[in-house]
Amino acid sequence: MSKVLISSIKEAVGVPRRFGDIVFKQLTMVCAVFVLLLIVAMGWQLTQSAMPAVKLFGFDFLSAKSWDPVMGEFGAAPSLWGTLISSFLALLIAVPVSLGVAIFLTQIAPSFLRRPISLAVELLAAIPSIIYGFWGLFILSPWLSNNVQPWLTDNLGDWPIIGILFQGPPMGIGLFSAGLVLSIMVIPFMASILTDLFETVPTQLKEASYGLGSTRWEMITQVVLPFAKVGIVGSFMLGLGRALGETMAVTFVIGNAHRISPSLFEPSTTIASTLANEFAEASGELYISSLLYLGMVLFLLTFVVLILARLLLWRITYQAKGRTK
Amino acid sequence: MKIKNVILAGILGAGIQFQAAAEQINGAGSSFIYPIFSQWASTYYQNTNEKINYQSIGSGGGIRQIIQGTVDFAATDAPLTQDELSENTLLQYPLIMGGVIPTHNIPGIKANELRLDGETLAQIFSGKISHWNDPKIQQLNPDLKIPKKAITIVHRADGSGSTWMFTNYLSKVSKDWADTIGSDKSVNWPKGVGAKGNEGVANYIKRIEGSIGYIELAYVLHNNMSSVSLKNKEGNYVAPTLDSLKAAAASADWDGTPGMAVILTDQPGAESWPITGATFVLMPEPVDSANNQKLQKFLTWSWRDGADKAAELAYVPLPISLVKKIEANWQKK
Repeated sequence: MSKVLISSIKEAVGVPRRFGDIVFKQLTMVCAVFVLLLIVAMGWQLTQSAMPAVKLFGFDFLSAKSWDPVMGEFGAAPSLWGTLISSFLALLIAVPVSLGVAIFLTQIAPSFLRRPISLAVELLAAIPSIIYGFWGLFILSPWLSNNVQPWLTDNLGDWPIIGILFQGPPMGIGLFSAGLVLSIMVIPFMASILTDLFETVPTQLKEASYGLGSTRWEMITQVVLPFAKVGIVGSFMLGLGRALGETMAVTFVIGNAHRISPSLFEPSTTIASTLANEFAEASGELYISSLLYLGMVLFLLTFVVLILARLLLWRITYQAKGRTK
Repeated sequence: MKIKNVILAGILGAGIQFQAAAEQINGAGSSFIYPIFSQWASTYYQNTNEKINYQSIGSGGGIRQIIQGTVDFAATDAPLTQDELSENTLLQYPLIMGGVIPTHNIPGIKANELRLDGETLAQIFSGKISHWNDPKIQQLNPDLKIPKKAITIVHRADGSGSTWMFTNYLSKVSKDWADTIGSDKSVNWPKGVGAKGNEGVANYIKRIEGSIGYIELAYVLHNNMSSVSLKNKEGNYVAPTLDSLKAAAASADWDGTPGMAVILTDQPGAESWPITGATFVLMPEPVDSANNQKLQKFLTWSWRDGADKAAELAYVPLPISLVKKIEANWQKK
């Protein structure tokens, strides 16, 4: 009786019966748990090493503007500001462009164009970030400084409120360039997620929409986009997560100055580039722990963004499953 | 006992590489010396089959590693004080010298034409002088026609020995600088843009008209950049050359400074370039341990036979009188 029960339970929960299966299962589980442990250990280590700075500065660290290794005064505000603004700028450009790429690829492009373009998008995503940095420094930034920035200052610099964003020396180095380089790095990433997402839109829905007499524009705006909207937001969040942590490319073009200024043309700095620049030569416990505190802030920031993104993407997969059933 | 230590250090320091660690000498630190050090090490290896391994992870990292005992020697751009040395039972010797050169991009003004003194340089980098045609600059250059252009400061974004040397000089010549900004491997720059590495700063200076920054001599010479002439302690305007950098080292008081921690900025001497500095090598006591002796042999060879190579790369080799002093010091102990 009980034997039958046990074997039926085993059947139900799928307990592997072969030795090889058991070993394989354990091995994969160890791998998965290892990743989890790694994250916990990292967070723990980061918190521990940042403790001296956390104790000394507390939450004021986030709003303090001074970054003075000589006097031992450290504040995250300029790096945090640069990180958020450059990532925001990147998304501002990348969101419409990657939406456009994905819509074109899934809804509009004739099939002979689809493969080459999506291949090109994926190739862009595979370029190492240091290459983007060099390109940004040697090609994009001189071009911006000679052509784009003077034009922006002349034409938009006098506008009320937003004018101040475009004043300042047209050096081609600063928040504006950093945002632009970041957007180019994020676009392929977001575009390929969005392409996959739009392919989950059931054909029946699209055909029904055409059947009711919609134009293509109406079909896209009223069927495809609403169907995928949660996933779209999720993909933006993933893009944002990537932009927040990007280091080398930004370091090359942002100008690395610990200052907050209203103009987008002025140099700034991000958390990741501050860490990359200053860690090797940092001396003294407080300096190092302040850098690690900064790292902790970035860790939490990207963690929150990625969790939000995951939650939204999970919702869309559930929705998709629900509707196709 | 000694063998046990070596093996232990090998296992701790290099993990699976423990066999190799017993044979080769490992060092870490300053990235400033990396180009010449790697040249020396590879030639030395060809000649003697002795391997000297050096990782340019930055002076701070090098110091941390030698204190923890994971490397056999370290190189640092800023000397440790005698107290720091005794606390960690380390020995310190100058390794090689170099200079930091203010370099500008003002259209129409050639290399070494622009004359500046320390105080004016400090006011430029602290943002108190904002245009090139400022009376204070014009006064130092009565014969030069300087355009009315805004000044853009370019500084190092990464912590670096160059920044330390440069701000150390500015702190010596300007009380205002010493009080408000001070001296370190990275400081709180009130103005300007930061670039990564010497090549980054050189690139920004070339790109931005009206900019001024500071870079190492090698980059000035190899990239054909417009350096300035600086007024030294004796009141002479000197151009940055290997000779003026050597002059600064020659007039330094090596014997009278504990730990040989001579800071070469603003040295006396009619021909001395005022922003000169040495990189120092750190080794653990006692001076005659097996590893130290191997290292000392390599250093002696580098200073004597490698001096030409150093000058080729625009480093300033130690004066031979100083080399003899250090060698005598090793023999004595």
